[in-house]
Amino acid sequence: MGAQLRVYRRRMRSVKATKKITKAMELISASRIVKAQQRVAASSPYANELTRAVTAVASFSNTNHPLTTPHANPRRAAVLIISADRGMAGAYSNAAIKEGDQLVQLLKGRGLDVSAFLIGRKAVNYYRFRNRAIAGSWTGFSDNPTFAHAKEVADSLIAAFLASSETENHGVDELHIVYTMFKSMITQEPEARRLLPLEVVEETVAAGLMPMYEFEPSAPEVLDSLLPRYVEARVYNALLQSAASEHAARRRAMKSATDNADELIKSLTRLANAARQAEITQEISEIVGGADALASASAGSE
Amino acid sequence: MAERHLTVEVVSPETRVWSGEATMVSARTLEGDIGVLVDHAPLLGVLVDGQVSIKAVDGSVHEFSVAGGFLSVNDNRVSILGESK
Repeated sequence: MGAQLRVYRRRMRSVKATKKITKAMELISASRIVKAQQRVAASSPYANELTRAVTAVASFSNTNHPLTTPHANPRRAAVLIISADRGMAGAYSNAAIKEGDQLVQLLKGRGLDVSAFLIGRKAVNYYRFRNRAIAGSWTGFSDNPTFAHAKEVADSLIAAFLASSETENHGVDELHIVYTMFKSMITQEPEARRLLPLEVVEETVAAGLMPMYEFEPSAPEVLDSLLPRYVEARVYNALLQSAASEHAARRRAMKSATDNADELIKSLTRLANAARQAEITQEISEIVGGADALASASAGSE
Repeated sequence: MAERHLTVEVVSPETRVWSGEATMVSARTLEGDIGVLVDHAPLLGVLVDGQVSIKAVDGSVHEFSVAGGFLSVNDNRVSILGESK
């Protein structure tokens, strides 16, 4: 076997091995999307009920709760960015981080300091490489978040929110979250939302129909314990959606990697075949030439 | 009198735990035990650690232990948002 042919064969073997890996990752992600979607669906009754309750309290009671009233003079905002722990998911992490950067610019434009809270190794590395300050980071659960993780994240966000921004350095007045919304299997969009202070009553239509709730023990106290739960639920929902998006993005990236490997194998096969044929042709012409030379040599001697 | 019941949903952050028709729901709020029957006034209460028991229409009693949560009653719909289990 000629040198050229051997090189082609070797490259084909390596591409085939890579293709097996990407194919496997594609299948794994495909099966995990379904699971992730089911978890999003399973968590929605809780989130819906909670949102209803929060809207009811916040719109009914005119209590000036710190969690619902915008700070008159905000000094610092927290931004929670949710990215992936691992790569191989196309632009997934990058898109979320870019969206976060835009939000940070916007907040800085309003004269706010920004504390960054990061989820996922990709975002952490991005910030570390650029020597930016990180207020808090969590890694290791981006593809399979549980409520306990969400609670852990939400707890430190709420703690930062409740600390005064005037007296303490880490206190924040606003809370933003950047996650990737899972719209469908093919569309996932990075989204920035303000969590706190609440943007109360999005649907004004419902406001008139809100029942007059009795509160136990009292409206402010209910709000006190309701809002941390609300933040937890929102963070949890964002984590779940991001996880589903991550799997979808990874599946798509791995699918195109597999397709590219297929194409590469095809063109390498063509090249290898051409090389093999060229080798054979050359051998034949060498034999024919050799025989010719022998024939004419012996003809000349007679 | 037409039979009327409470539509009860018990949900945790991770999943819907139980849902169905019931005649009575009792739970422990910050201010003490509370029982909810049909046509209860709209209520939003904070639950403390303890048991929530639901008397279903078929007479069976379902007990759940919650570690904090909420109870909301409105228009014969009862939602219990439990923090765990």
